[in-house]
Amino acid sequence: MTVGTAFHPRTAPLNAGLQWREWSGFFAASAYHASHVIEVNAIREAAALIDVSPLFKYELRGPDAVRLVDRLIVRDAAKLTPGRVFYTPWCDEHGKVLDDGTIHRLDDEDGAQVVRWTAADPQVRWLRMNAHGLDVEVRDVSESVAAVALQGPLSRDVLEAATGAPFADLRFFRRRRATLAGIPIDVSRTGYTGDVGYELWIPADRAVEAWDALVAAGEPYRLRPAGMLALDIARLEAGLILIEVDYTSAAHSQVPSQSYSPYEIGLGRLVDLGAGDFVGRRALIAEMTAGGPPRRLVGLDIDWPEIEALHAAQGLPPSASSIVSRAAVPVFADGRQVGRVTSTGWSPLLKKMLGLGSVGAAHARPGTRLAMEWTVEARRGTVAATVVDLPFFDPPRKRA
Amino acid sequence: MDSARTNTPGSREGAARAAEPWDAVIIGGGHNGLTTAAYLARAGWRVLVLEKRRILGGATTSDEIVPGFTFSVLSYVVSLLRPEIIRDLELAKHGLEILPLDGTFTPLPGDYLWRTDDHAQTMREIRRWSAADADAYEEYGRLMADMARFIKPILGMVPPDPTSLDPRDWLGVAGLARDFARLPERQQSAFIGLMTMSAADFLDQWFETEPLKATMSASGIIGTFLGVRSPGTAYVLLHHYMGEIDGAFRAWGLHKGGTGAISAAIASAARAHGAEIRTDAGVGRVTLSPAGDRATGVVLESGEEIAAKVVVSSADVRRTFLQLLEPGILPADFEAQVRRFRFRGSSGKVNLALDALPTFTTNPGGTEYLRGAVSISPSLEHMERAYDEAKYGRFSRRPYVDIVIPSLVDPSVAPPGRHVMSCFVQYAPYHLAEGPGDWDNQREAFGDAVIDLVSEFAPNLRDVIVGKQVVTPLDMERDWGLTEGNIFHGELSLEQLFFSRPIPGWARYRTPIRDYWMCGSSTHPGGGIMGANGRLAALELIRSRRSRGA
Repeated sequence: MTVGTAFHPRTAPLNAGLQWREWSGFFAASAYHASHVIEVNAIREAAALIDVSPLFKYELRGPDAVRLVDRLIVRDAAKLTPGRVFYTPWCDEHGKVLDDGTIHRLDDEDGAQVVRWTAADPQVRWLRMNAHGLDVEVRDVSESVAAVALQGPLSRDVLEAATGAPFADLRFFRRRRATLAGIPIDVSRTGYTGDVGYELWIPADRAVEAWDALVAAGEPYRLRPAGMLALDIARLEAGLILIEVDYTSAAHSQVPSQSYSPYEIGLGRLVDLGAGDFVGRRALIAEMTAGGPPRRLVGLDIDWPEIEALHAAQGLPPSASSIVSRAAVPVFADGRQVGRVTSTGWSPLLKKMLGLGSVGAAHARPGTRLAMEWTVEARRGTVAATVVDLPFFDPPRKRA
Repeated sequence: MDSARTNTPGSREGAARAAEPWDAVIIGGGHNGLTTAAYLARAGWRVLVLEKRRILGGATTSDEIVPGFTFSVLSYVVSLLRPEIIRDLELAKHGLEILPLDGTFTPLPGDYLWRTDDHAQTMREIRRWSAADADAYEEYGRLMADMARFIKPILGMVPPDPTSLDPRDWLGVAGLARDFARLPERQQSAFIGLMTMSAADFLDQWFETEPLKATMSASGIIGTFLGVRSPGTAYVLLHHYMGEIDGAFRAWGLHKGGTGAISAAIASAARAHGAEIRTDAGVGRVTLSPAGDRATGVVLESGEEIAAKVVVSSADVRRTFLQLLEPGILPADFEAQVRRFRFRGSSGKVNLALDALPTFTTNPGGTEYLRGAVSISPSLEHMERAYDEAKYGRFSRRPYVDIVIPSLVDPSVAPPGRHVMSCFVQYAPYHLAEGPGDWDNQREAFGDAVIDLVSEFAPNLRDVIVGKQVVTPLDMERDWGLTEGNIFHGELSLEQLFFSRPIPGWARYRTPIRDYWMCGSSTHPGGGIMGANGRLAALELIRSRRSRGA
């Protein structure tokens, strides 16, 4: 049965329209407002509060905590010093991605290294299996740590007002401890919106107090709660992939084509083949030696006038859903299918129809014009889609 | 707003080439002038825009009048900005950011009417007033959307010259006539009604709820010197729906940083295509060939002469012909028609800086109801009485007020926790009984009347005001060059639209003077932050050059 997160006592009354979806066994609000577009607006113009507690969270503690991280992730964990956060995928022994998430090096305690590992899927078994011979304890803290994302150009103002501490010096992908309304919390400069933002890691038993403090501090900054529909638009604009939508975890793939290497999902830049061994490294070296994987993640700018034309052909005014579609749709070049679009949605910010897709390497160069299937009134058609660089939206303020 | 204020000095290369005539000089850096400039520059023309004010944008302008508070000084919502312009000029890349403006709240003594984008909620709310109106509301919405789809192609069409025999000119209109013939009879008759009736009469056919009719009727009178019971105002209701059907494609709403940021985005696109833009560069007059039949450039108020192959005026029709040209140049009958073109500005603006949100006495709770428009339009009688006073040269003591509080969706326009409130006010007739000049004496009283009226519904308003700007039609004329303070460069009444705008036979952006063109809101399809005028003028210019082989 689906249950509420630690913030549920506050999020439930806010969700007047009872628009919930299930996320890892928890209720996650789809939208708190009649239209989620105002929540996208809060993410891009003001500040938004997004309950991300359903993420899986693990605490790695012991002298070998970082060695365990290094064994698993494709990046060089030697650089994961206290206070730093890595975004990274991790692979199985065939070099296929199991999951992606952020890994936070907390402050050392009593000489032991402490790491917070976040994931979309359960990883405790994988972590413990790979900890063989290492002096590290792996604890599942998913339910004892609540998490809320505070995102948007005014998120720093809200955070500073709520904690009374300055945060301008906390750089992109750094973290530190803080106190919010007397509650010890951990703050990371991370998020899933491609904007200025923080994620707050809070003891679950004090989640409601923390929420109230943020909401009170956020009032002058037009802070709004935002749900998954708004988050989906923001992450699409930011070109951020979503597991089980834009790629399948190797843990769930039923046929080889459903497994993806990091190079196929736009995360190749993170892979450090020269910095010691990690699970899947040999397979990835072999893949690169053989000329790289056959598929690539691409951003697609979908031609709106052609979508209008498909409507006009049936005498209809143009229309488009304001929700990101997660239905995979075929993509063609010269009439032959060369891949699929996995996330499709209208960006209210860029005034464009955007897509994330997986296409053959030969068709992945920016500027390549492809065609994708587009259905209007159950009649299939195609519209042009041009490969463009990701992210679609990348404001300088994100890193500033 | 820095980019809007930047005065781009001529580059070294520009200075060296200054003696060479520009391909086009655009008079006025409002949104239409800038749009024309951007399209011409995009087509490879060397273009110079000359703006008289220190800030670009004309009536599409933002200014920090009270420190820390950015006002959209005149125009305050984006309604009909053409999607093809957003695409062609890649305006999103240049900073265009349209933000949601959801709902209309009509406060009443002891009650309210609140319509939002949440269909179920709106239906429940209207049903609270009248179950029949709720049903009618849906039917009306469908009909108007159908009408708007039928009429909308006009916005993207260059009007034909009624004297032209070239069939190509008439293709678009023929298409429209064909579409009209295909409309169901019911829609045909609704269309005739829209073309001939008053907004109040048209709405009376559908609805019985006073605040609903009054609030809906308002879009029929904005920018005209007509009342909700004046025939011809029904048609303007349709313009509103054209914004709505496009609304899905997001041309309806507020703009981040105020409407001036729209001008800044278009200016940025124009510059990216190589256009040069100068502010504080008022044009004194247009220079003509010795024979007086062709424009050759402009002389600035500073005396500087600038040569151009084409001069395009985005100023209104009266300024374009009676002020920028020396008298006696134009054919007498043409000049007479220019003089007859009706302006009769009828609206004013009160912009407020607020310490806190106003609280309306009777409200649905929370602050979401303030996120859309707040319309002071309790009844048709209120609307018509407001017009009665204006007819005799007085501003309405109890006007129609359209309020938006952009800081609720765009915190960048006010300090944290504070707000800006824009009040569009009608009627504020340019022609006061005492003469337009008396506006300077009546400005304060006008502002007070607006604040008093709104305070009847939101009693804390006076206590939270920390700054105020009152803009009268006289101010609009003096400071923005809007003749008689008309926000649309001339009334949007039927006889001044389409192939009669601005002058019958001269609806195709040309003028009787060769190489002197128009691109402002006085031209088809009229006012509003549409940009269609600027775009169509540029496309016509480009087409005319091509056909001339130049």
